[in-house]
Amino acid sequence: MATPVATVGAKRARKGVSADKAERRLATRMVAPSMILIAIVGAYPIGYAVWLSLHEYSVRTPGLSRFAEPYGLGNFEAALRSDTFWSAFVNTGVFTVISVTLELLLGLAMALAMHNAFKGRGLLRTVVLVPWAILTVVTAITWQTIFEPQLGFVNTMLNAVGIPGGDTVWLGQSPHAMGVMIFADVWKTAPFMALLILAGLQVISNEVYDAAKVDGATTWQRFMRITLPLLIPAILVALIFRTLDALRIFDLPFVLTKGAYGTNTLSLEAYEELRANRLIGLGSALSVLTFVIVMAVSFLYIRFVGGNIRSLTDEGKA
Amino acid sequence: MSTADATQSVVVPKARVREKARKPREGQHPALWIAVIAIIIFCLFPFYWLVNVSLKTGADLSGADLVPPNPTLDNYESIFRNDDFLNGLKNSAIVSLTTTALSLLIGSFAAYALARLKMRRKFMVLAIVLSVSTFPGIAIAAPVFKLWTDIGLYNTLPGLIIPYLTFALPLTIYILVSFFKEIPRDLEEAALVDGATNFQAFRKVVVPLAAPGLATAGILTFIAAWNEFLLAITLTSSSSARTVPAAIAFFTGSTQFELPLGTISAASVIISVPLILLVLLFQKRIVAGLTAGAVKG
Repeated sequence: MATPVATVGAKRARKGVSADKAERRLATRMVAPSMILIAIVGAYPIGYAVWLSLHEYSVRTPGLSRFAEPYGLGNFEAALRSDTFWSAFVNTGVFTVISVTLELLLGLAMALAMHNAFKGRGLLRTVVLVPWAILTVVTAITWQTIFEPQLGFVNTMLNAVGIPGGDTVWLGQSPHAMGVMIFADVWKTAPFMALLILAGLQVISNEVYDAAKVDGATTWQRFMRITLPLLIPAILVALIFRTLDALRIFDLPFVLTKGAYGTNTLSLEAYEELRANRLIGLGSALSVLTFVIVMAVSFLYIRFVGGNIRSLTDEGKA
Repeated sequence: MSTADATQSVVVPKARVREKARKPREGQHPALWIAVIAIIIFCLFPFYWLVNVSLKTGADLSGADLVPPNPTLDNYESIFRNDDFLNGLKNSAIVSLTTTALSLLIGSFAAYALARLKMRRKFMVLAIVLSVSTFPGIAIAAPVFKLWTDIGLYNTLPGLIIPYLTFALPLTIYILVSFFKEIPRDLEEAALVDGATNFQAFRKVVVPLAAPGLATAGILTFIAAWNEFLLAITLTSSSSARTVPAAIAFFTGSTQFELPLGTISAASVIISVPLILLVLLFQKRIVAGLTAGAVKG
């Protein structure tokens, strides 16, 4: 790499135009390895998944184990006709809407508290990062031990206080298991939401508040009219990040319930068909459907944070 | 830590000034103290409970004492005699460190070009990079599973590292672009005037200055790779390539009649330790990385 670049430097001294060209060439070379890798590990698999989803292919069926047969939209038809797909679709939707809403509310409350706490703010930042850093698998195991029927903290507390339900099998029945899953997700990711919102709070200038105070605005008015509107960009970014993650949820239901009791999600359903049932065509169709749903949401994401990307790539400003 | 302070104060200088200005006027409100304590309990209690369970054995495991009545390290001893777990730790370390190193090396080139050099279609390149980071793991896992079984990369460590780059590279590039942007151009331009090439300016001037940014990107990439689960269980079939989260998930099946909750908890505590250490040591860098670009929009 050194030799061509060195000659480029010599040229730069002589002529501005060729230096410009050389800079562009260097830029292309520096971006190329990442783009090639991303194409191989990102774009190519997606294309291959689409191809597989249009073929009948099963490792189990003897005749189909070596060669894929064109199957048209058969896999998609099978997927869209199956109840498991639709229940996974509904479960994923319910999980996403409830968990992201709770995370936003809790994250906002935590961010406001952290913003106003003068003492222990550094400590709080560290503490809040603990749930974020803990592996999702460990999060699931942690909440399993807390909701365990006999030795769990929840049932013990219910019994101690005398509230009925101290013998509930939380992860063994229908709406309860989803509740535990949402709880675990909120615990792990509300802090992340809080940190993003806190960063948004810290760039709001203090003069705006002082002006409002002078004008006699109450704390509530200041929050509703100043803080919240100015926080909207930070909140939107946080919401979109979280929604994309929630739609892809896999680790939590896999460890908590293996998808039983109304916790089967889109990713888990695709995984089951693929690995357990060895239906590669159907599994691929399900993963393509998941991909389409997630991409539809991430299209919104790119639209909202598009301004950010522009500011990062903008030449003139820096 | 002073370098981390410097990077942060670039982002939020006003907040710092205000903090100092307000301090003498207002004390900490009692309601705020309650909120602070509630946040600390909310964040730490569940992990405490896990540690608590991991220190119990036998009959104590079926009780729900807040403090283990007979604390013992038996679960830890047995987990360190478990070959699946030890292999998992080794595999996780290799996979996470290699993914991080590759991602930093390759990603820093791309990030520098995107942040500093003249280039066409920058917006498109960054948009592609970001949209890849939103791909659902399962959509990658299905075809890669088929592909790896065909070409023999199934159940190998490279077979994990390569697809891990789909989430590692976008993360690294996005963080590094915003860090490279923060570095003042003067030093780089001085180097260029002295006859350095663009690439030399990058290697000799920008990379050393961007060390905190590289550390941030590295830490976040490492955490993401250490955490990864879906690809880890889809693309492996035995403990020779399974990473530690995947290994733990399969513990549950190992004993038929009783869930080895004590041992699983001990294993969970062990694999969380590296991440908690990273958080304790690099809190400021991690927060700066998580919020990089998120508040400028």
